[in-house]
Amino acid sequence: MTMFSSVVKEPKRKTGARFIDCDIHNEVPSSEVLKQYLPLRWRNYMDMVGLRSYHGFANHIPYPKGNPGGTRTDSWPPNGQIPGSDLNFMREQLLEPLNLEYGILNCLYRVGEQLNDEYGAALARAVNDWQIAEWLDKEPRLRASIVIPYENAELAADEINRVASHPGFVQVLIMPRTREPMGRRKYWKIYEAAENHGLPIAVHFGGLGGNATTSSGFPSYYIEDHTNMAQAFQCQVISMVCEGVFERFPNLHTVMLEGGFAWVPSLMWRLDKHWKRLREEVPFLTRKPSEYIRGHMRFTTQPMEEPPVAEYLLQVIEHLGSDEMLMFATDYPHWDYDSPDLTFPPKFPESLKQKIFYDNARSFYRLPDKEEERDDVK
Amino acid sequence: MLNNKQKYIVGTVDELPPGERKIVNVGGRSIGVFNVDGEFFALRNRCPHGGAPLCEGVLSGFVQSKGRGDYSYARKGEILRCPWHQWEFDIKTGQSWFDPVKTRVRAYETKVEAGCTLADAGCEMKEGPYVAETFSVSLDKDYIVLEI
Ligand code: FES
Repeated sequence: MTMFSSVVKEPKRKTGARFIDCDIHNEVPSSEVLKQYLPLRWRNYMDMVGLRSYHGFANHIPYPKGNPGGTRTDSWPPNGQIPGSDLNFMREQLLEPLNLEYGILNCLYRVGEQLNDEYGAALARAVNDWQIAEWLDKEPRLRASIVIPYENAELAADEINRVASHPGFVQVLIMPRTREPMGRRKYWKIYEAAENHGLPIAVHFGGLGGNATTSSGFPSYYIEDHTNMAQAFQCQVISMVCEGVFERFPNLHTVMLEGGFAWVPSLMWRLDKHWKRLREEVPFLTRKPSEYIRGHMRFTTQPMEEPPVAEYLLQVIEHLGSDEMLMFATDYPHWDYDSPDLTFPPKFPESLKQKIFYDNARSFYRLPDKEEERDDVK
Repeated sequence: MLNNKQKYIVGTVDELPPGERKIVNVGGRSIGVFNVDGEFFALRNRCPHGGAPLCEGVLSGFVQSKGRGDYSYARKGEILRCPWHQWEFDIKTGQSWFDPVKTRVRAYETKVEAGCTLADAGCEMKEGPYVAETFSVSLDKDYIVLEI
């Protein structure tokens, strides 16, 4: 008989701050819904075989999250479906109260890790068509990532080419626990297609390519897995830089979603130092590793590192050597959601907040300025 | 009136059996009132960490350990876990268990008063979910009163 007076929402924001949320999760509510977007052959396959991935947990993930479904316990929509699956509830709980100008959807449906490449590609088509019909065409504030069967770069590129012209898609999604480090040539067709369409590659926390998150095997606890994910991101940053991805695709950009950012300065220092000594090994690199990172990579804030002294965060940003590399994200509806009000330390300079909350993402994704558009109409 | 605190009637005692909660808006604040084994406690419905609606969280207990392999579960139903990042707060005091000095959520005083007492004091009550002046207080019922 628990009684709630109403949905307790974040109070409507009074400040003039403008927000772009770079990491929101829309969830496929059920296989039945997805089936409507699958051709009969793959619908039958779904019933007969279902998800089969590279890791040993075909229908589960090895580390169940801190909360049911890894979500905020207040994010279950009243219609009884799973968090992130109900657009209206997302509007009510996130888009309206945060006064979001844009929100970018990253659907984590496991298309990328299917043993059957063609099934993975069919799932990707279904998920992307579902995103267009149920999200992008219904809500002008939302943008989305193209999901792809990324272990087969050819099929992945086909899918990028198929849907990239839809204006709602702003990037291509890969999860960092790939079969091989992402700089390897086996993935280059993906980068070629993305670059051709002017779309960045988004690398989002998760994925189960069969390798452990750590470089020394599977850990015991979820807390270890969650923290270790930063390692997976570091491996991808190093690999993309050192394999020459940004030399080969000079107009390609990437964004690391939910991998943290406090480690980035020390990684840049370390790579630059080694590059001075070992340059001969990678002679195709024409710039210092840190320059590729600063020039081609962005990082989202959530989960914000919470140092014991809030000012340390400002120091980290100073060490990044750029105030354009960070972009705000909530990770709604997941359990480690960051609210913009309390996540940033109170002494955070307003001009920096404005860049992180809004400017950096708007220019990274080349999103139209809504206020200018409104002024034009007048 | 005590310490200039404002009193609000949040409901009758029978409405809120042990283990249950009610979230009310009083004095411009959202507050959760909990019945823990017949005692009433009230906490601000806003998590001091990231602003979540704390009182919608799951009620649990403390898992304690003296070392690997040794686990015990104590204070069942007295620890409120935030719906977002699962920080744990003691429902009786509003203190977080891992950082009790710095991190605490505002706790409010609650008490149970008999309907007949309230009827006498009716005009002192402020508008809450129940408005004392207009809500007909039954003399033979007990009411949960929140002081903020
Ligand atoms: S908002 Fe409550 S634990 Fe973070």
